[in-house]
Amino acid sequence: MIAFSILKRLAMAAITLFGVAVIVFVLLRVVPGDPIAMMISPGASPESIAALRAQYGLDASLPMQFLVWLKAVATGDFGTSISLRRDVLGLLAERLPATLELAFAALVLAILLGGAVAVAGTLLRRTPGEPVLDTINGLFLAVPDFVWALALVLLLGVAFPVFPLSGRIDPVHQVDFATPFYLLESLLRLRFSTAADIAAHMVMPVLALGLPLAAIIARVLKGALMEAMVQDYILLARLKGMSSLRLVLQEALRNAIGPTIALTGVQFTFLIGGTVIVERIFAYPGIGNMAIDAVINRDLPLIQGLVLAFGALFILINLLVDMLVVAFNPRLRHG
Amino acid sequence: MADVTASPPLALPAPRRSAFARHLKAMLREPRVAIGGGFILLLLLVAIFAPFLAPKDPLEQDLMLGTLPPAGYAGAEPGYWLGTDDLGRDVLSRVLYGTRVALTVAFVAAGLAGLIGTALGLIAGWDGGRAGRGISPPPGISVGLPPGPPSVPLGALPGSRLPSRTAPPASIGWTRFCRVVRAETQAQASMDYVVAARTIGFSRLHILLREILPNVAPALIALVSLEMGIAVIVEAILSFVGLSVSSDTPTWGGMIAQGRQIVYQGWWVLVVPLTVLFATVLAFNQLGDGLRRALDPVMRR
Repeated sequence: MIAFSILKRLAMAAITLFGVAVIVFVLLRVVPGDPIAMMISPGASPESIAALRAQYGLDASLPMQFLVWLKAVATGDFGTSISLRRDVLGLLAERLPATLELAFAALVLAILLGGAVAVAGTLLRRTPGEPVLDTINGLFLAVPDFVWALALVLLLGVAFPVFPLSGRIDPVHQVDFATPFYLLESLLRLRFSTAADIAAHMVMPVLALGLPLAAIIARVLKGALMEAMVQDYILLARLKGMSSLRLVLQEALRNAIGPTIALTGVQFTFLIGGTVIVERIFAYPGIGNMAIDAVINRDLPLIQGLVLAFGALFILINLLVDMLVVAFNPRLRHG
Repeated sequence: MADVTASPPLALPAPRRSAFARHLKAMLREPRVAIGGGFILLLLLVAIFAPFLAPKDPLEQDLMLGTLPPAGYAGAEPGYWLGTDDLGRDVLSRVLYGTRVALTVAFVAAGLAGLIGTALGLIAGWDGGRAGRGISPPPGISVGLPPGPPSVPLGALPGSRLPSRTAPPASIGWTRFCRVVRAETQAQASMDYVVAARTIGFSRLHILLREILPNVAPALIALVSLEMGIAVIVEAILSFVGLSVSSDTPTWGGMIAQGRQIVYQGWWVLVVPLTVLFATVLAFNQLGDGLRRALDPVMRR
């Protein structure tokens, strides 16, 4: 039954992805802005422009272009980037891991920090500490990742230059990586000085992406915990002599976590969207930064590849979250 | 009997006016509305009177006066209160002029998004069947779509003139309105007053606009304010990456991008527009939150 519902959702997702691909494809070709004009020096003869157009298949009719592209994608060929003159799939394989490392580090930070604040707020309920914590959290909720990133540039990059301002790794450490997962790989190969350098480059972008999500998790989880704390089973556990901290962590959390997981999933896709601008601010070589250049250069094959990559990522996360929600809610497991 | 039929038409105008006055009073009593709204009003005045308020021409370059620090710091020039950027342009004047693009995009984009989203939301919520199913998928999809990435490709869409720059934020913002209005309309449509209005024989359009819309309005007004804050951020992001109005129009996002480039030489070029941007977004958020509290009878209690 579960397998069937997953299959159904995958089919729906494939249709959605196809629709998005069609819209992006048509939109990009209808709007003004010629990728060939962007890559060729001014004064090129009409013949050479026409030759280039033909080379990238831009001279065919719109439906024809789409069919050609779709057929190629179906066989795993995402085309060649016009501005970078490289295989789109190769570029994605190289850049996506950088973004994934950033996004997952931010997610872990957000869950730990947001969870800690929520638990602290629940323990502090009906004390003067509660409104203070709520007010600070409310302020954090209002700061978008774009503003966080730039504030961090000023604070930890310029005023107190603790962390490097741009890039993913210092060239000194740029050694023979076997995979594009630099942080993971250097940790597994026990190269800790390299890992520390990569981590230092990630601190500011991870904070900028993770702090807004931490504030959201803190508020929603605290609300759910407060609701759980007035239930009878909590009273029973309290009468049995359980400490407040154990009460929250062992009893209330288990029942309160469901809605938070669902929300964190949705918000995590927003976080991945935020990597576009945060990577730009920190010149971090992920797919978000590449997406902006692709749009500026009207690099059609690359934009299409990126849209599919982002879309597939969102769908995968949503699917994963739905499965987690079911796993954490016994009532849904047999439904 | 005669009294009962005679009194309503006479009494009608009075409670309406007092209801409006009551709303206005409730709104202004909410400190968030007073502070947030006051700041937005101030920005609006700055945008209108920018040419009179700005001490310098925001476009005038003077390389001899490049990267001057704000007044009070060593090396500051008199007259350049918040310093200059690397091209010698006055930061204060550019920030003042930048309110024009920010507020225009905020008002037009949020207005467009509100109009389109509300119209579609009303139709979809009223008629859960045929029209509803046709309209609801796009906003449904957008739940899984973050505001950032879609707006970046959309940033490439129209030209570099200001009116067309409202398209990227509006083209995503309408889905938020549609979702809220649809849910509210669905809730209202089953209520007794709507059933009564149907029984009397009011047309659909009349019921939607005159009966349901006023009850959806409180949620809508708060949403417009929040949407303006989002539009200001989206515009700043698009200007930051160079996908907005042409570079000779001062924008906060454009200034921030420039400040990021020369952050070691002139931090003020980044700090000033970033502070104003954040204050503006905060003001729109507080205003929206406050309006929701003031207008929603359930929350007011």
